[in-house]
Amino acid sequence: MTLDAAWAVDWVRRSAATVAEHRDELVELDRQIGDGDHGENLDRGFRAVVAKLDGLDAPPASVGDVLRLVATTLMSTVGGAAGPLYGTAYLRASKSGTATELGPDGVVALLEAALDGIVTRGRAGAGEKTMVDAWTPAVAAAVDAADHGAPPSAVLAAAARGAHDGAESTVPLVATKGRASYLGERSAGHLDPGARSSELILVAAAEAAAAAD
Amino acid sequence: MTDRWAPVALVLVSHSRALAEGAVEVAAQMAPGVRLVAAGGTDDGGLGTSFDRVDAALRDATADGRSAVVVADLGSAVLTAESVLELMDEDVAARVRLADAPFVEGAVAAAVTAHGKADLATVLDSAQAAAGTFGPARPLRDGSSAPVAASGPAGEAPAATAPVTAPDGSVRATAVLRNPLGLHARPAALIVRMLAHLDAKVQVNGMNAASVLDLMKLGAVKDDVLTISAQGPQAAEAVARLVADVEAGFGEV
Repeated sequence: MTLDAAWAVDWVRRSAATVAEHRDELVELDRQIGDGDHGENLDRGFRAVVAKLDGLDAPPASVGDVLRLVATTLMSTVGGAAGPLYGTAYLRASKSGTATELGPDGVVALLEAALDGIVTRGRAGAGEKTMVDAWTPAVAAAVDAADHGAPPSAVLAAAARGAHDGAESTVPLVATKGRASYLGERSAGHLDPGARSSELILVAAAEAAAAAD
Repeated sequence: MTDRWAPVALVLVSHSRALAEGAVEVAAQMAPGVRLVAAGGTDDGGLGTSFDRVDAALRDATADGRSAVVVADLGSAVLTAESVLELMDEDVAARVRLADAPFVEGAVAAAVTAHGKADLATVLDSAQAAAGTFGPARPLRDGSSAPVAASGPAGEAPAATAPVTAPDGSVRATAVLRNPLGLHARPAALIVRMLAHLDAKVQVNGMNAASVLDLMKLGAVKDDVLTISAQGPQAAEAVARLVADVEAGFGEV
């Protein structure tokens, strides 16, 4: 069972829906330790992506094409650090493989490329209270699942659980990166908004894969 | 093109349109003729950074073959600038450098250096050196204060002394600031630009007179005595011209 462009389109639509649904939550998380616009920014960005998808003459031919469209749209429409960070994540992911369909290894490569993009662009390591703290355990869980022979949908489900645990793990951390780092100790006790939105997006990927099964 | 054409332009990226435009204004006052492009705020005029706006600003700055140094305010402005560069044509991106510098101070230092027709690496260095003009982080509540301005001996009339040549060949003089605002941004820039053409290393109250920010850090005000020292083939001329400019009040009296 492989994941194709139709899965990727469904992933994007589900991402847009969940980001819209959780917009206020993301705004509130960002208000506590940032400048309060993460929810709005992402919602605006994903609405723009969906609008572009709706406006295409023909459905995208490959997963890579979908991811590249997401990358360039988010980069241009999402303000704050999330635009360049998610933009680079999707851009690297779009180049992670040439196959039009993804098996378990292709999914792992996609996730690893996304994390690599985030780390390269943002220069955050683990434990700095950022989206990296969601993506790192997500990728680790995906690698582990694929190593044990899981199909793509199970690999993504593992990644989603890893992202959830990773996001929760940011609560006690003191931010040493990004706008929250200006708050120092005051940032502890709050869940990082970028980690939470990463979890939501990976859950959307898993749900799209489960629906395709 | 006039013969003041500066080969390096600056792009100032900020979360705020007003801040970017304000920084351009301040830098332009000290470096007339340098191409300065503001790229601040989102496309709808709100706070944030816009990929498209930064992209357009970079193309604008590097049109006709100029190079550019980008100075950005907070972290995500840097990320946006990096993303723009990553997706830009290689031959343009090769002419652009992203400075790791404080926003206003880096912009001002880079603009003044660019005004001297310096090359890309030199302009970048001066932006990045701007961070060094701040002292080491001070502990809180230790009662410390800002750098003390140089002033003449208490109770005595401020005095100027004529240039003398020391045994080591350096030329020294003192001069008294006459203009109401003292050694603020404009005179600091005039000094740097005047000295740029002379073959001499000059210090004012121990600070490097080739650095706008170092001169401003003195916080020297009207009636302060400036101790000028110069070394090099044109040391005497440098001292004489600097003394003359100080005594003329930089045209502000």
